[in-house]
Amino acid sequence: MSQDTDKNAYWSANVRLILISLAIWALVSFGFGIILRPLLSGIAVGGTDLGFWFAQQGSIIIFLILIFFYAWRMNKLDREHGVDEE
Amino acid sequence: MDQFTLNLLFVGASFALYIGIAVWARAGSTSEFYAAGRGVHPVTNGMATAADWMSAASFISMAGLIAFTGYDNSSFLMGWTGGYVLLALLLAPYLRKFGKFTVSEFIGERFYSKTARMVAVICLLVASITYVIGQMQGVGIAFGRFLEIDAFWGLLIGACVVFAYAVFGGMKGVTYTQVAQYCVLITAYTIPAVFISLQLTGNPIPALGLFGATESGEPLLAKLNQIVTDLGFAEYTAAHGSTINMVLFTLSLMIGTAGLPHVIMRFFTVPRVSDARWSAGWTLVFIALLYLTAPAVGAMARLNISELMWPNGTSGEAVSLEQIESDPDYAWMATWQKTGLLGWEDKNGDGKIQYYNDANEDLQAKAAENGWEGNELTNFNRDILVLANPEIASLPGWVIGLVAAGGLAAALSTAAGLLLAISSAVSHDLLKGQLTPNMSEKSELMAARISMAVAIVVAVTLGLNPPGFAAQTVALAFGLAAASIFPALMMGIFSTRINNVGAVAGMLAGLAVTLLYIFLHKGWFFIPDTNSFTDADPLLGPVKSTSFGAIGAMVNFAVAFIVSGMTRETPQEIKDLVQSVRVPRGAGTAVEGH
Repeated sequence: MSQDTDKNAYWSANVRLILISLAIWALVSFGFGIILRPLLSGIAVGGTDLGFWFAQQGSIIIFLILIFFYAWRMNKLDREHGVDEE
Repeated sequence: MDQFTLNLLFVGASFALYIGIAVWARAGSTSEFYAAGRGVHPVTNGMATAADWMSAASFISMAGLIAFTGYDNSSFLMGWTGGYVLLALLLAPYLRKFGKFTVSEFIGERFYSKTARMVAVICLLVASITYVIGQMQGVGIAFGRFLEIDAFWGLLIGACVVFAYAVFGGMKGVTYTQVAQYCVLITAYTIPAVFISLQLTGNPIPALGLFGATESGEPLLAKLNQIVTDLGFAEYTAAHGSTINMVLFTLSLMIGTAGLPHVIMRFFTVPRVSDARWSAGWTLVFIALLYLTAPAVGAMARLNISELMWPNGTSGEAVSLEQIESDPDYAWMATWQKTGLLGWEDKNGDGKIQYYNDANEDLQAKAAENGWEGNELTNFNRDILVLANPEIASLPGWVIGLVAAGGLAAALSTAAGLLLAISSAVSHDLLKGQLTPNMSEKSELMAARISMAVAIVVAVTLGLNPPGFAAQTVALAFGLAAASIFPALMMGIFSTRINNVGAVAGMLAGLAVTLLYIFLHKGWFFIPDTNSFTDADPLLGPVKSTSFGAIGAMVNFAVAFIVSGMTRETPQEIKDLVQSVRVPRGAGTAVEGH
């Protein structure tokens, strides 16, 4: 039974981590890159505005960081909950 | 040595390398054919997946589409990279834990239904074949250019090469070949970009040069905005299209990326679940190297072309016909004219070629004043921009040869990966899994090769009348994958409630509604003039056919939930299967399905 509760705790920790990561994922691309771009128009970056940078480069960089962060955090979580591969 | 020989030399040498590797690592058994015996390191796997993934659409077509539209086509950049976040977080580790060879095997077992597996195979085939059409377009353009023949003949020759190449080996041959192809394509993409960035901004890193300043101190993008608006075109960095369409288009490309069978298959080949997570990250690292450079390539090429057509500035005289014919800086125009993808015409007979937007009212007034009779750069196919880029910037001959080799590497590696996915769907899932379960290994391999041949013939036939530029055709394939495969996989892992009937109904609804929307706009089976709507004036407000995949995916989710709610609950053993997929412990090597 305790093993089952631990598996549930592992899974909800994973789902929470996924939701946070996806919120950032959506914020930088759909948010800063597209919908919120007019709000960022005051911040100049190399001849244009910050929203343009997010749409063409910034979001890609954040995506990279997100995936490596998730992999690192999950592999740690696997060990903490004893569900890693031996 | 002339340019033609130099191109042949580079292309020939790169081909010899790939074929050599393919022969050396030839697949012996079916398990090697599909999944490379699972001995692939995450970094190697990431590099091979990046080559597999970055196709003619990314290499040849994407920067051209960005160059001529600017900000509005940022969707390609965000969409085709953002999908990896979904893949890494929502699919890759679980599918690796499940441990089978193909996507449809997972769907078949999770939804305990042969019908579900069949439907998944159909979805996969529809998306993959549409994707191959886009690749064939790219192959045609690349071969057309370097053999200096019409793109039609380029397409036919290219198809033969792709076929010969893909039947050589399975995934293992392909994995190491694709590592070599990645190296060729990234070098070919980066070197000309570095040269051009140095010429225009003095910064050797194109991604930084894009936001840098030109010699005069004016930012590159501000200068570009000025020139294109002077010529009556839309401002480069500004948003012009519908926000809703852009969001849906980006989302379709993201979900589609995470639903493409030939990409997902890659994550079955890493040794462990934790490696599947890392592998998605490494793949994106190698993809980002190209994707961070692409917007710079687009903007800089647009600037170079505009300045070439208006050598004395936009208020001076346009380039003369005589200069185009004699000046070596314009030699690329004559070579590309031979492919039928670039054309110009001196409409007003003044001996000059005026390039401007003749649909713009201000420019029409200016044209009337100066006696211009319409835009005279009459044909500029977006798909030639990247391949022509080094010539436009007058770079040395070896760079041009390298780019030709890179473009072919991109198109070939993806075409091969897709053909592998198609052949495994037909021989492994359809024939061995359903129709003739007692098939021998030998006849399974034979069936795999025959289905590759059929897929190529279909793709070439449809590729002769493509539904858009290469990247747009490919975007349609992503819409189809987004609407059918991704929702089924995600619900299979994250919800125990979705049952067999729900999943089948969801996939069918998502695929049908998306296919219908695409055919209504692009013609039935992409046959020209059978469409009822156009993407300029779509059926649903601003939603273009390339953006519909996201809506199709929502339909899929909704139908699956509603139908599952009305039918029998998922059996306990399937719930246990879902629970076991969710934890990494106990992941063995994959076993062959039946």
